[in-house]
Amino acid sequence: MPAELVEKMLTGDQRALARLVSAVERQSAEVPEIMQRITPMLGHAYCIGITGPPGAGKSTITDRLTAYARQQGKTVGIVAVDPTSPYSGGAILGDRIRMQQHYLDAGVYIRSMASRGHHGGLSRAAKGVIKLLDAFGKDLIIVETVGVGQTELDIVAAADTTVLILVPESGDAIQTIKAGIMEIADLFVINKADRDGVERLQRDLQMMLHIRHASDGWCPPVLGTQAHKDIGIVELHEAITTHRRKLSETGQLATRRQQNRRQELLDLLQQQLMATLTAQFDDGEAHSGLLEQVEEGTVDPYTAAQQMLVENDDLWR
Amino acid sequence: MTTTQRIRVLIAKPGLDGHDRGAKVLALALRDAGIEVIYTGLRQQPAQIASAAIQEDVDVVGLSCLSGAHNVLFPRVVELLREQGAGDILVVGGGTIPEHDIPGLQASGVQALFGPGSSIADIVDYIREHAPQRS
Ligand SMILES: Nc1nc2c(ncn2[C@@H]2O[C@H](COP(=O)(O)OP(=O)(O)OP(=O)(O)O)[C@@H](O)[C@H]2O)c(=O)[nH]1
Ligand SMILES: [Mg+2]
Repeated sequence: MPAELVEKMLTGDQRALARLVSAVERQSAEVPEIMQRITPMLGHAYCIGITGPPGAGKSTITDRLTAYARQQGKTVGIVAVDPTSPYSGGAILGDRIRMQQHYLDAGVYIRSMASRGHHGGLSRAAKGVIKLLDAFGKDLIIVETVGVGQTELDIVAAADTTVLILVPESGDAIQTIKAGIMEIADLFVINKADRDGVERLQRDLQMMLHIRHASDGWCPPVLGTQAHKDIGIVELHEAITTHRRKLSETGQLATRRQQNRRQELLDLLQQQLMATLTAQFDDGEAHSGLLEQVEEGTVDPYTAAQQMLVENDDLWR
Repeated sequence: MTTTQRIRVLIAKPGLDGHDRGAKVLALALRDAGIEVIYTGLRQQPAQIASAAIQEDVDVVGLSCLSGAHNVLFPRVVELLREQGAGDILVVGGGTIPEHDIPGLQASGVQALFGPGSSIADIVDYIREHAPQRS
């Protein structure tokens, strides 16, 4: 089944692509085979991560960047993430509303994803979806995330260039904004620049960024946009292109991608070892009574853990 | 690995009427029932709806129309989905649908219709019960 779907997807069939995306999203047992089959096709696409607080204009900017890339003859894949309701597990995925101009363009594939709550799960699925879009042949992949929480950071870490979208009112918020994203963003955009407070935020940002400058040789530019009027979009595209060129020329692009793949492997191993361990614990029989002794408090967990790792070498097989 | 089956529904408004309050209320009710709802906005052409449904790999398409053009627009969406190999997607419709239009719409492949008298809860229940099971 995955073999056929992958085959069809590689001929440009959007329905097959969509089915594969669903398989990856629900972490189906077919994922390893799918990944094995598409891996030879990977590496062509360039991935842009768009993040920022709710309502900042991420979808509008994604839409306009897409329009611009299409004018240049590039194909685009979009992954737009919205939050899952913690109460019901349902979600309303509305990012598409801002992207209507592309619905009938066969060169644009848009996929809405719900964050589905469980930690790590979203980023794992999103990374898989990025790969599918790459294998499908997209030139550009844009990932729009919600700008809060750790999983989003993971996803943008999978991008080649990460753009943080702020609005003039974000001035006070940048002090408290999730540590990490300020470090991870390659470009800063103040959208809704038609409103007051742009200069102040720009100054504050630039001050923060100067400190960072020295460390990786890239001083993230701060741009102003009015996405709903298409103002500043060409400049944003230029800035992304400049960053991309810089990453390529310095070899950082290859290094980043290597690091991401390495991290992905680590995450996967961790997850699978964890599952095996949990199953063993639930089983109750393993570990020659050590587990019970820890539970009773007669053996300390550090000693037990060391002993278990030595005894439990079948964990690695 | 865990396999999570979650129903995905596309809510779309074909036609020219500019009222999406009903569609939004339904979207919220579906979300509260644990369903993932993709909302595509007002004034959608059937081709745009079919394309979005395929890209999003939804299980169900819910069409809402208040302009009276349902007899043309709803069957067209079904037809386009079938043409693109997505005839297994469940299509349901709602809005100002008079009783006497229902048999014709059902014959064209719109499997359930919810006219002015239907409750949101009925629609949610129907979708939960009839969403196709996928592998
Ligand atoms: N005044 C002004 N409004 C804008 C601008 N860009 C976008 N908007 C509006 O801001 C609102 C939110 O835009 P979105 O693109 O949906 O924002 P978002 O960040 O994707 O929102 P979420 O995905 O819900 O977090 C929309 O009504 C846009 O039309 C801008 O530059 N100026
Ligand atoms: Mg958005």
